[in-house]
Amino acid sequence: MLYSEKVMDHFKNPRNVGKMEDADGVGEVGNVKCGDIMKMYIKVRDGIIVDVKFNTFGCGSAIATSSMATEMIKGKSIEEALELSNKAVVEALDGLPPAKIHCSVLAEEAVKAAVKDYYDRNGIEYDKEQFCSGDCEHCCGHND
Amino acid sequence: MRIYADNAATTKISDGALRAMVECAQKYIGNPSSLHTSGQLAAEELYRCREKMASLLGANEAREIYFTSGGSEADNQAIFSTAYRFRSKGKTHIVSTAFEHHAVLHVLERLEKEGFEVTLVPVNEDGIVKVEDIERAITDKTCLVTVMAANNEIGTLQPIAEIGKLCREKGVLFHTDAVQAVGHVKINVEEMNIDLLSLSAHKFNGPRGVGALYARRGVILKNLIEGGAQERGKRAGTENLPAIVGMTAALEEAVASLDAHAQKLITLRDRLIAGLSEIPHSVLNGDKENRLPSNVNFCFEGIEGESLLLLLDDRGVEASSGSACTSGSLDPSHVLLAIGRPKDVAHGSLRLTLAVENTEEEVDYIIKNTREVVEYLRSISPVWEELEKGEREFIL
Repeated sequence: MLYSEKVMDHFKNPRNVGKMEDADGVGEVGNVKCGDIMKMYIKVRDGIIVDVKFNTFGCGSAIATSSMATEMIKGKSIEEALELSNKAVVEALDGLPPAKIHCSVLAEEAVKAAVKDYYDRNGIEYDKEQFCSGDCEHCCGHND
Repeated sequence: MRIYADNAATTKISDGALRAMVECAQKYIGNPSSLHTSGQLAAEELYRCREKMASLLGANEAREIYFTSGGSEADNQAIFSTAYRFRSKGKTHIVSTAFEHHAVLHVLERLEKEGFEVTLVPVNEDGIVKVEDIERAITDKTCLVTVMAANNEIGTLQPIAEIGKLCREKGVLFHTDAVQAVGHVKINVEEMNIDLLSLSAHKFNGPRGVGALYARRGVILKNLIEGGAQERGKRAGTENLPAIVGMTAALEEAVASLDAHAQKLITLRDRLIAGLSEIPHSVLNGDKENRLPSNVNFCFEGIEGESLLLLLDDRGVEASSGSACTSGSLDPSHVLLAIGRPKDVAHGSLRLTLAVENTEEEVDYIIKNTREVVEYLRSISPVWEELEKGEREFIL
């Protein structure tokens, strides 16, 4: 099979899928021309991500990595969420085919983009280097 | 329910072909190159197949059929042979189309690196190449025109009889990759002025790993595989007689039932097209009429093809997609891009290729489930959300 059982489970039964009207931070990464877009919504209380939702346009692994990433940051502090690596998402899914690693990068970037939006809305200072430049060719090219 | 609707990828072997293969494997134990009785009986059986294949393709002589490992090998041999033969005469230009199979396109790319000039004629939105465009592309340096008979993704039928006539008038060799067409639509190499034709057995209910190259008498082939003198010295290696017998039996069956099958398939195909067309913001890829009886190919805006494919598989429908994720590259199908679909929508393509065993109930099941899966994927798609809110413009 192309995908692990865990990937198929998260793809077919995605956790935290949907929109959030009153989100504290919203991040969108990817490019429709590349075939993947992830949009992530977070709700933050006292520095803790109390709720998270996502919408994804993309392949099976794009949906599965989004789902897994939301599970991994829900209930965690903002700082912990920022530490979520694409590698951790891949490991939690019992691996991804090499050509799909960029989906996990996208999931990591989607979390960061949502946090960045939360920081921007609340006037919180942060290191801009830490976040996605918006150039997805950069990630796609290097992870394929 | 499990519905196999990926017959352009491969077909189920027919009972008749399988029986013929088993019988052959048991009966003809000799190597056709051996001089003893068992060998010569096998050689006779091989010749019977060659003669039969020639007659089914409308060829004049059995010797014009060369058995290969399949369509890709036949494409490679046809194109490389012609290119290398004409290079010394200064004819180093090849004309083809932008939406050929990779077994043709990648050969042409390699020839370009070796100094050949290749013109890929564009195709229109209907997925049909214009004969005038081929004519305009031909120069006095052109040695070969290679145009597929039917496109493997969108099923559109190309005007190969007209292109054959044109090439004959211009004195240029004409090759057609007829892998998707043979056994499904009428092909006659003599009437259509085809000089070289590639075919593959497993696309018409024959076995995998076997195909043939038709090369008109006088068209000289160059070996891809050196060794023994099999296939008139043009393709070394002991002939896979059971597979060749299976292919011949399958093509005989396919040609005999071609009209009846086409009629049934067209009814199913058009029912499927009508049903899927009702899904908003979708489009049929390729001309509605001028396409293989089995082929349906759609783009659905706001979703991605691989996830559609996997969710349909989960509901028992087996199809394929031209999305980047299924092609293993970042770009979606070169065929869909060639007919002018923007990348945004080319990612959301679905190919369903039917077989005569499919039923109307199955077609209705496919329609219902495709509609549901497309709706679901749109409901979780940020692209669809933007389209609906007017933040992004609908393409379809």
